[in-house]
Amino acid sequence: MTFATPVIYSDDSLWPRILAVLCMREDARQTPETVERFLDSTLESVDGAEELAVGAAQGAGFDDDDVMKIGMAVRESMVNAVVHGNRYNSNKKVRFSVASTRERFTVRIADEGDGFDFSRLPDPLARENLTRASGRGIFLVRSFMDEFQVRRLEPAGTEVTLVKYLASK
Amino acid sequence: MSVKLNTRQIGDVNVVDVAGRITLGEGSSALRDSVREMVSKGQKKILLNLGEVSYIDSSGIGELVSAFTTVTNGGGQLKLLNLTKRVKDLLQITKLYTVFDVHDSEVTAIRSFV
Repeated sequence: MTFATPVIYSDDSLWPRILAVLCMREDARQTPETVERFLDSTLESVDGAEELAVGAAQGAGFDDDDVMKIGMAVRESMVNAVVHGNRYNSNKKVRFSVASTRERFTVRIADEGDGFDFSRLPDPLARENLTRASGRGIFLVRSFMDEFQVRRLEPAGTEVTLVKYLASK
Repeated sequence: MSVKLNTRQIGDVNVVDVAGRITLGEGSSALRDSVREMVSKGQKKILLNLGEVSYIDSSGIGELVSAFTTVTNGGGQLKLLNLTKRVKDLLQITKLYTVFDVHDSEVTAIRSFV
């Protein structure tokens, strides 16, 4: 199949990219396999989400160490959503999704809470905070994942995005 | 499986064999209650044997820290025994490995209590 290139477009126009996409073979596209669930704000949901993420990570080809890290990061993020975001409110759900491409394994967790300023979290490694009983969850998520992003949702809620790279699996 | 606790006495040291998952909820609260009960009975020497702990999250780590400060503030000693690789790695990442007195031999651990 060929397309006539309109002479009015310059070389760096959108047309060459549109052409490339139209001619792209189906198996060259990065189509993520996505699983999405709406979970109750319970500790059982935390267990279920972790289990789902671990299974997906194993299916994506991660080694045992990375599977453990992904599972733990998901657990910590789910606890934040259930306990701190939705406060165990049975009327509020946690949106949980896992998507995997050849390069990236992405988990998104969104609560319906009032929001949280992640920049104000105390440093759990600071000497004065070492013997605190809490405050290590986000630190562990950042330690275990390659990317960690936070987004405020409208009208309410917070979404965290966790990404682990699939490097030549 | 949540957490299973078995307490035994060796001399004046209370050894708590912990098995299973120390996570937010049943697991972490069981450990908390067990240590508090020992402290309330005036027990000053507590050794947590974590050799059968398959999983711990940040809440579980928090309970270990809380147990340590509770016992220490009461004039006692709390030590850790037989850390699995996972628990050891987590304590190192969170810079808690040097806060606790960690042993891999029960005999040595018992002798280390003053």
